[in-house]
Amino acid sequence: MTDPRPNNDGTVRLVDWRAYVSGGVLIALALIVALLLDTPWDAVSTFRISRPRDVWAVGNLTVPSQWFNVVASILLAFLGTRLFLKGGGKWTALALGMGLLVLVIAFLVWATAGKAISLTGMLQATLVRAVPIALAALGGILCERVGVINIAIEGMLLAGAFTGALFGSLMGGWAGIICAVITGGMFGLLLAALVITYRVDQIIAGVVINLFVLGLTSYVSSQVFSEYRWLNKASPFRSFKIPVLGDIPLVGPVFFNQNLFVYGALILVTLSTYYLFHTRHGLRARAVGEHPRAADTLGINVIKTRYAHVIMAGMVAGFGGAWFTLGSVGRFDENMTFGRGFIGLAAMIFGRWHPLGALAAALVFGFADSLQQKLSILNTPIPSEFLSMAPYIATIVVVAGLVGKARPPAAIGKPYVKE
Amino acid sequence: MTTGKQSSRSPVAQQPLSQDMSAEMKALLAPTINSRSSWRELFILPLAAMFLAMLIGALIMMATSVAPTTILQSFIAMADGSVGSLHAISETLTAATPLVMAGLGIGLAFRAGLFNIGAEGQMIVGGLATAIVSFSITGLPIWLHLPLVLMVGLAIGAIYAAIAGLLKAATGAHEVISTIMLNLIAIRLLDYMLRQPFIQKEGRSDPISKAVLDTATLPRILEFLDGNLRLHGGIFIMLAAVAVIYWLLFRSKLGFAFRISGENPGAARYAGIRAGLTVVMAMAIAGALAGLAGATQVSGVLGRATPGFTAGIGFDAIAVALLGRSHPVGILLAGLLFGALEAGGRQMQVDAGVSIDMIGIIQALIIIFVAAPLLVRRIFPPLFRERRRGAEHHD
Repeated sequence: MTDPRPNNDGTVRLVDWRAYVSGGVLIALALIVALLLDTPWDAVSTFRISRPRDVWAVGNLTVPSQWFNVVASILLAFLGTRLFLKGGGKWTALALGMGLLVLVIAFLVWATAGKAISLTGMLQATLVRAVPIALAALGGILCERVGVINIAIEGMLLAGAFTGALFGSLMGGWAGIICAVITGGMFGLLLAALVITYRVDQIIAGVVINLFVLGLTSYVSSQVFSEYRWLNKASPFRSFKIPVLGDIPLVGPVFFNQNLFVYGALILVTLSTYYLFHTRHGLRARAVGEHPRAADTLGINVIKTRYAHVIMAGMVAGFGGAWFTLGSVGRFDENMTFGRGFIGLAAMIFGRWHPLGALAAALVFGFADSLQQKLSILNTPIPSEFLSMAPYIATIVVVAGLVGKARPPAAIGKPYVKE
Repeated sequence: MTTGKQSSRSPVAQQPLSQDMSAEMKALLAPTINSRSSWRELFILPLAAMFLAMLIGALIMMATSVAPTTILQSFIAMADGSVGSLHAISETLTAATPLVMAGLGIGLAFRAGLFNIGAEGQMIVGGLATAIVSFSITGLPIWLHLPLVLMVGLAIGAIYAAIAGLLKAATGAHEVISTIMLNLIAIRLLDYMLRQPFIQKEGRSDPISKAVLDTATLPRILEFLDGNLRLHGGIFIMLAAVAVIYWLLFRSKLGFAFRISGENPGAARYAGIRAGLTVVMAMAIAGALAGLAGATQVSGVLGRATPGFTAGIGFDAIAVALLGRSHPVGILLAGLLFGALEAGGRQMQVDAGVSIDMIGIIQALIIIFVAAPLLVRRIFPPLFRERRRGAEHHD
């Protein structure tokens, strides 16, 4: 992706043409913001932060729409031009990410020009919607760090959603979560057995697990749930406020007044970051994903490590799946995960196989999700279908812009055969 | 990945081998029709897989409190609805037609070392384009209009898939992620387009397109026997596609480039095969086949475009390609099997009251048992005695 290019002074420097493309994209975005998102000069966008009933109420955030638009387009143009002139290096991805963020904010300001929306409510929804994506990405990371591709995340989410609803209806919410985690782990075990012991191609095994779970859950839901409705009526977990912290304006409602799944996802991301990068076992796991032969030579049991992590990944995904039923409506519908597992995989690549990065990426998707919800209320002239497309298009752009930099674990996808 | 030079023209060639297919996959993709693979490999293994899958399907039915007599009845209905009558055979072939075409595309991409999950999206855009051309152009004779709409579907599918190919060739973006995203985009695009006034059926508020004109409809070929037989001319297109792809893969220079790129990217590069171009071409041809599958569905079966008209055929086609081991003839047989299961499943739902989703379970199980020869051999050892050491034999 770099071409040698002679300089004027006869030396040769490497030109990263990806920087040119990204720069072009950013300048195009600047033009879009400047030309398409213009509002009257006197319009003001109002973002509500506190509700009147809050303990520490804060005033609204008001932004002059058109001025913000000008600033945003200048900023985008600056980022783009800088990429053109200086080349990208490690800044390409960062500039692209910042550019997308600026674009989203500018879009939001434009959509609310002359109106008001609740910023707090939007960020709260963002976090909620990011949860399944973040957990899916985390499941992907645990798998891929030990060298196993996990396309089956989608199926594991669906299995978690299904068992969460079923056992949640039978034995209450906590039992539902525990069963969802166990089911996810079982599918993790199945995937591990197929790809590690039977050396089935990892992508095939993942696709097949997805097909199987989709078939099985749809079958039971149309064969059994349609007749026995009480099997599919779990009481979902409500959000609960953490005292004091929950009263902080903006931060409180977003982080400290959520349901169990949001707290769980944040805790799991923190834990797995610590585990993978700050413990001996985490280091061993990463070694297995990078160079299993070397790890084996040093006495690490490759097969066992892989089994353990793939099962763990399944459990995380199962927990994430329970969010769909126990974290929202308590009812299972056919194929209700609708591709979130794959978006989680995209978030994993976005976040460069790092839990914190994946969480950040998941938040971007969650934000796009909640933005779409809000905008349908705001009556923008843009059709909702295009808004819901936006995160997918952004994924393609970012994955294309990042891939040179984002390197998967070296041993990914290869079965390990002891010699 | 070969060591040394860092300045190759394309990132595809730079990808570490870890992103390529495993040895297992290559063994799976080994040509099914060559003298060295035993007849056991070709027939006993899929049959054993089918038997096991049906068995587990029966167990699942038992677990969901379906009566044993009903289970027996449902399997009888499955056989009856797939090959039990002329109508059943017509339904089987109708269901198999798009599966085989989309499966050919996915199999071809597999051969080139690409995993195309995007057949569903390619079918959607192809079928949508077909629908638009089929009612917006009027006054053409059928011998002009019909080929035109099919060509449009084919071309749009090819372009849509080529996006993922171009991204991979230019930036190394993994085709799995980009095709999944393109699928999701295609679904939204279809929903949007079906509400547009020049597409939406007059006087309807729900998203449904105008009807395909008679001059753009694939004729039903068994209509002279019985008006209810849905088998349409698309089956000839499908058979022609099998022949063309067979020729392309095994008799043409381009197919050789595909296969060698899939087998050994390093060798392909040294042979002077342009990796980027190969990726784009393979994706475009795969998309063309999926687009054609969408076109024949719209023109031959549905007569219009509706939300979700592809009904997951693009995903089932992945399974067909895997089961057929990415060989055109294998895909044809696998597609016929899946079409039979599909048609039989509908009959089963009517006769025995067992949900058609059971078929999805059985299909997934068949694939897994075929994809894991070790597993099947371990369960049915007597069938596979006296084996020589084969390519996919690890023990």
